Amino acid sequence: MSYLFAVLVGVLYGTGFYMMLRRSVVKEIIGLGLLGHAANLLIFGASTLTRGVPPIIAEGSAGLHPGAADPVPQALILTAIVIGFGVTAFAIVLMRRVYEATNSDDLDTFLTTDAGEPREEAH
Amino acid sequence: MRLLIILPIVIPLATAVVCLLLRGSTAMQRTVSLTGAAALLLTAAGLLAAVWERDAIVLQAGSWPAPYGITLVADLFSAVMVLLAALTFFAVTVYARASVTPGRERFGFHPLLHFLMMGVCGAFLTGDLFNLYVWFEVMLMSSFVLLALGGERPQLEGGIKYVTLNLLSSAVFLAAAGILYGTAGTLNMADAALRLRSLQDSGLPTVLGVMFLVAFGIKAAAFPFFFWLPASYHTPPVPIAALFAGLLTKVGVYAMIRVFTLIFTGATAFTHTLILWIAGFTMVTGVLGAMSQNDVRRILSFHIVSQIGYMIMGLGIFTPLALAGSVFYIIHHIIVKTNLFLISGLINRTGGSFCLQKVGGLYARVPVLAFLFLVSALSLAGIPPLSGFWAKLTLLRAGIEAQQWEVAAVSLAVSLLTLYSMSKIWSEAFWAPPADTPAPAPLDRTEWWTLFGPVMLLLLVTAAIGFGAEPVFRLAARTAEQLMTPDLYIRTVLGAAAQP
Repeated sequence: MSYLFAVLVGVLYGTGFYMMLRRSVVKEIIGLGLLGHAANLLIFGASTLTRGVPPIIAEGSAGLHPGAADPVPQALILTAIVIGFGVTAFAIVLMRRVYEATNSDDLDTFLTTDAGEPREEAH
Repeated sequence: MRLLIILPIVIPLATAVVCLLLRGSTAMQRTVSLTGAAALLLTAAGLLAAVWERDAIVLQAGSWPAPYGITLVADLFSAVMVLLAALTFFAVTVYARASVTPGRERFGFHPLLHFLMMGVCGAFLTGDLFNLYVWFEVMLMSSFVLLALGGERPQLEGGIKYVTLNLLSSAVFLAAAGILYGTAGTLNMADAALRLRSLQDSGLPTVLGVMFLVAFGIKAAAFPFFFWLPASYHTPPVPIAALFAGLLTKVGVYAMIRVFTLIFTGATAFTHTLILWIAGFTMVTGVLGAMSQNDVRRILSFHIVSQIGYMIMGLGIFTPLALAGSVFYIIHHIIVKTNLFLISGLINRTGGSFCLQKVGGLYARVPVLAFLFLVSALSLAGIPPLSGFWAKLTLLRAGIEAQQWEVAAVSLAVSLLTLYSMSKIWSEAFWAPPADTPAPAPLDRTEWWTLFGPVMLLLLVTAAIGFGAEPVFRLAARTAEQLMTPDLYIRTVLGAAAQP
């Protein structure tokens, strides 16, 4: 199970970075999303993966069942998913505004802020 | 007393909410915004005074004992950072009254500024790594919107670069926090520091350390992760750029210093040497980048990168004196850099352009501005007796005492190049004959004071740090001493029962 998880996280990271290195803004945002998912699953996998042992103390017993699942990573992931959702929503709106302003989604055309001095508009 | 820790987070939150409720009235928002900034400044001063007396204050949120709940900790380093943030924030809020367009104000400029401050103060005060991640996101989200607010083409283009690299950094940070939890079973910084000590023989803490270094390195704009900064910081309106320049990268530096003095101190021969190399390259690439620029704000942006190098140089040398130098440098830099960005706005407002070829003759036209720029620029370059000199002197001395000759030499050379690039602005914008750019409308009396007042305030602070360097140095030295003895921090957070 852990190995399967490791491979899955690796594939997600690889795909995410590949998408980020493409020239299109859309693909870049998809790549960022995939990186976020990879990080979430990494947290999930880094804590011990167990099945069928909820972290609930049974009546009459003094402590948790040994090998009980850890609820903290899931709380962390939930927080991270919510944040990731908000950030992705913002990125999509930003992308739309950039497209409206430049009529292009090719990252290689967004050079005006990297040039030495503010260039005059081409038209 | 413990209330003082939570106030720097609650005050900006409350102010932002009230500003949101007053959406319809810009005038009311302005008043509330300024009141909030003033209240934050007073609280921050109170917090530093309280922390100076008792070393560190801890608040366990909801009274859940550490390490189970979220801990807020204010030691001297946190308190100093909060005070600096509040001071520059106050100056920027005043300045913004006369320089932000009404359209931006209507679309949430004031609430966003305060949400940003909430994130910044939260990041300085938290004692929990995942909580730090959340505060980073609060800060980033507000900064994304502030950067793009107004929707001019350069802003949007710069925004894409800024957003992408900062989200990448967040993803790395999140992964590192997850692996740390998997390794140590805790996210409380003090607890993690204790538990990683027993793991020092394995390589895992070092790998984790490097992951955090990458995550915070991107946020701090350290070499080789700084490209987003000069591509975006010159695009938003001046008050926003000034606040970003003064505070945001320093949050990255703060986080880096915090984790590399508290948690990852087991393999300093590797990690801190790496940091020292990064520091050297950051200083050099930043200053070389600045020399090739012609837009005042881009020159200043590259100088931010260069000076991040000085701040982490102290961390890399890792002696009490070196860390005192770093802290002194941060104190000096936040104030001077914010001020120089505000001055760049005044150059544009009185000279008609940010571009050095298009402005000239400002020395004759606005002598006050020439004086303000000259003092700030000389302070940045490190000319005695201004604040930058003492910061650099401390770092240099620490470098020589630790026999790190190379980085000491680099820091001296970079200082000289900084002076060169400041004198370039001086000679082009102030000395050179007036350019044929049409002069903008003159400032009326209120506008003049709203724009020049905050700059004068920050200049006075710089001068005070320069002339009264000893008390500031004592503060920096005591902060560094606290940072070098993490056991104090750990005991304060976990209680006396903890066995460091």
